Amino acid sequence: MQGITFDIAHMLAGSLVLVSFIQLYQQRLSALLNIFALHAFVLALSVAWQAYVQDAPHLYITAIIALVFKAIVIPVALRRIVIRLGIHREIENVFGVGLAMLLGICLVALSMVVMLRVTSGADPLAREDLAFALSVVLLGMLMMVTRRNAVSQVVGFMSLENGLVLAATGAKGMPLVVEISIAFSVLIAFIVIGIFLFRIRERFDTVDMQAMDRFRGEQR
Amino acid sequence: MMVTVALFGVLTLVALAPIAIALSGKPNATGFVYGACLIVTLVMFLVALHSLLEQPAASTITLPLGLPWLGAHFRIDPLSAFFLVVVNLGAAAASLFALGYGRHEEAPQRVLPFFPLYLAAMNLVVLADDAFSFLLSWELMSLSSWALVIADHRRAENMRAGYVYLLMASFGTLTLLLAFGLMAGGDGAYAFDAIRAAHPTISTAALVLILALIGAGSKAGLVPLHAWLPLAHPAAPSHVSALMSGVMTKVAVYGFIRIAFDLLGAPQWWWSLVVLALGGVTAVMGVLYALMQRDLKRVLAYSTIENIGLIFASLGLALAFKAYAMDVAAALALTAALLHVFNHSLFKSLLFFGAGSVLTATGTRDMEKLGGLIHRMPQTAFVFLIGCTAISALPPLNGFVSEWLSFQAILLSPQLPSWGLKLMVPAVGALLALSAALAAACFVRAFGIVFLGRPRSSEAAAAQETDTNSLAAMYALAATCLIAGILPGIFIDALAPVVQVLAGARMPVQTGAEWMSIVPIAESRSSYNGLLVFAFMVITGTATAFAIHRFASDKIRRGPAWGCGYPDASPLTQYSASSFAQPIRRVFGSLVFRAREIGTMPPPGSRAPATLTVQLRDLIWDTLYAPIATAVGNIAERLNYLQFLTIRSYLTLVFAALVILLTVLATWP
Repeated sequence: MQGITFDIAHMLAGSLVLVSFIQLYQQRLSALLNIFALHAFVLALSVAWQAYVQDAPHLYITAIIALVFKAIVIPVALRRIVIRLGIHREIENVFGVGLAMLLGICLVALSMVVMLRVTSGADPLAREDLAFALSVVLLGMLMMVTRRNAVSQVVGFMSLENGLVLAATGAKGMPLVVEISIAFSVLIAFIVIGIFLFRIRERFDTVDMQAMDRFRGEQR
Repeated sequence: MMVTVALFGVLTLVALAPIAIALSGKPNATGFVYGACLIVTLVMFLVALHSLLEQPAASTITLPLGLPWLGAHFRIDPLSAFFLVVVNLGAAAASLFALGYGRHEEAPQRVLPFFPLYLAAMNLVVLADDAFSFLLSWELMSLSSWALVIADHRRAENMRAGYVYLLMASFGTLTLLLAFGLMAGGDGAYAFDAIRAAHPTISTAALVLILALIGAGSKAGLVPLHAWLPLAHPAAPSHVSALMSGVMTKVAVYGFIRIAFDLLGAPQWWWSLVVLALGGVTAVMGVLYALMQRDLKRVLAYSTIENIGLIFASLGLALAFKAYAMDVAAALALTAALLHVFNHSLFKSLLFFGAGSVLTATGTRDMEKLGGLIHRMPQTAFVFLIGCTAISALPPLNGFVSEWLSFQAILLSPQLPSWGLKLMVPAVGALLALSAALAAACFVRAFGIVFLGRPRSSEAAAAQETDTNSLAAMYALAATCLIAGILPGIFIDALAPVVQVLAGARMPVQTGAEWMSIVPIAESRSSYNGLLVFAFMVITGTATAFAIHRFASDKIRRGPAWGCGYPDASPLTQYSASSFAQPIRRVFGSLVFRAREIGTMPPPGSRAPATLTVQLRDLIWDTLYAPIATAVGNIAERLNYLQFLTIRSYLTLVFAALVILLTVLATWP
């Protein structure tokens, strides 16, 4: 039993990293949003499995929050925003898929080395979980850095937050109230960012961040 | 029990701050707040005196405040009891003085809320018995006094003083924080009991001592960390200046004594070298600076630096004797330091009160605009003269006693086995002797220029005597100075329990000696009798006065001063503060301050006046502080462009920083 639980948890967390990689090379916003929904779905599965393994019913609530908000509500809302803004076919200037993937691989290797060194002696399930979670966080940050479009930066932020939830659920004894507050803060951040996107669009006719840099007089 | 009462006092003082805010604008707010401060600090003074004299066992209390695993520890032992006496005596005198002085303030609501808070913070520092409460109170003391320094915020120099003060205060607290961190070790044992029980390695202890010396020294005004003190102390209202100079520097000395003598355990002999050298240099530099100033309150602030130098030199000597287990000698040096702490708090407060009265009466602190005030303000002049005599260490007043004890301790130094100290201590003694002589010159100058001669401005000519409350505070301090001068044995004996704990021995009992003499070591060696000196002065003075008035003429005759043949000399042709200091400036200033005198003579026939300009350079500021300020400015200039990056660049910076830190973590051996 120990073997199979560990393997499934490992597989789900690994899939989350894999989906993060898939996000990295999406060039269209609508595709990116689909993958983000998949990301959240895998997260929900992973959290649910952790809830089963740790016998912690409150983690099911976390899983449901992840499923409802992150896999359904936020992607649907973002899709509507994108369509209303008319940028769902937008092709972004990711700097080279190959380079981004290489950087991502380096980041995963780094997080593995760090986490496996730091947590030596901890529960192996938690160790793997934390290593994967750190990879997801770093990949989310990489995405925020490499994208120019505001919407995809939002997606990067959300997937980063998914990594945090993964880390939180991997560690036993995480209180529910922390997860709920994280979930709500993300939701509020989403609302605020959504409003800002429209305001930016109204003002600049684009959500390309370079346009804002130009407006500030900093052509580069 | 005692500590509970003291904490209630502190609580009352803290509660006075919001009351002062609520009362702001009411006409009787000043009287109420200072009156309440006076009562509370008097009660706390009595409590502290009781704990010091009756010597009940150390009284401790732990409150569930502060760090959750630590709590807030407070304790009254003989050392803190003594410093509580100093703090609350000074605070009570300042409150009494402020009952009168505070009425003249332009914006009392800027001072009233912070004054009780400041008093409470100084008491808390002395009461604290764990590193967390100590540092917290220390910071509260810095912050509340900073608020008082910039009370008169419209003057640009005050704002600058506040800025420099804030920087130096945070720097000092940082070093103290590091010192306590090193002492507490990795487990975070911040209670002083735990620190006392721990035995740091020699190198850690040395590092802690240096850090404590920097941290406490920057608050006390040790050269070269003194830069803020002559700016900030004069900027505050005068009763606060008195507290800052007379009391807060002593709280800093307390911090150093607590760490160096109590918490760190047995000292190394070379620690004393550092402390002695800094003390000697501070004493001479402080008084030389004081001699060059024109601002009366700044003269007093620099003179505080000189006295702090004297105190630290005595403390260094005590460390040296303690390191070689010469307990009796250590007790003598430590008694000298503590007695000077007490004495300096008395006469420095007195002098600042006097300066405050002069400031209220004339509206200026510039000595070149004062003069002749002895006719307009005879009582202030009298008590100021007593303060000047005391701080110049002239018998029969108290300043002489503590300096004499310091020199007695210095004269014991040939018994020290270390050659470094054998050579060093006499050199420091020479520096202290020089500074004592210069201090006398400094206060002859201060009193002579301000109170004697003829008024140099119309404001000085129209000055009025200050009010009764202020005078009462000054008379009380002057009387204490006199009592401590003529009956020093009582005060030395009261210090015995403190010294016993810290040095492992005490000075011989003094009160039993014949004719109230004090005998530091043995009668064959040296003794001093303030009472006899005082009696001699009174009797000979009275006899001379009687003889002159009885056998010569008993008429007081006022005639015109001999004007050297020049008719109707302007008051500006009198000795001025600058011209009085000129000989000393020529002897020492050319080396220490790079003083240059530039005289211009107009060509024959021109009606332009001749001028003489004196240029002084503050070498410590120029070589130590200015380069640091320039470097910080340059770096800030370089990094300024970081303020105008794009969002993506910021994200990249954060990301890169995270990745670099993780890489460091991954490759850390």
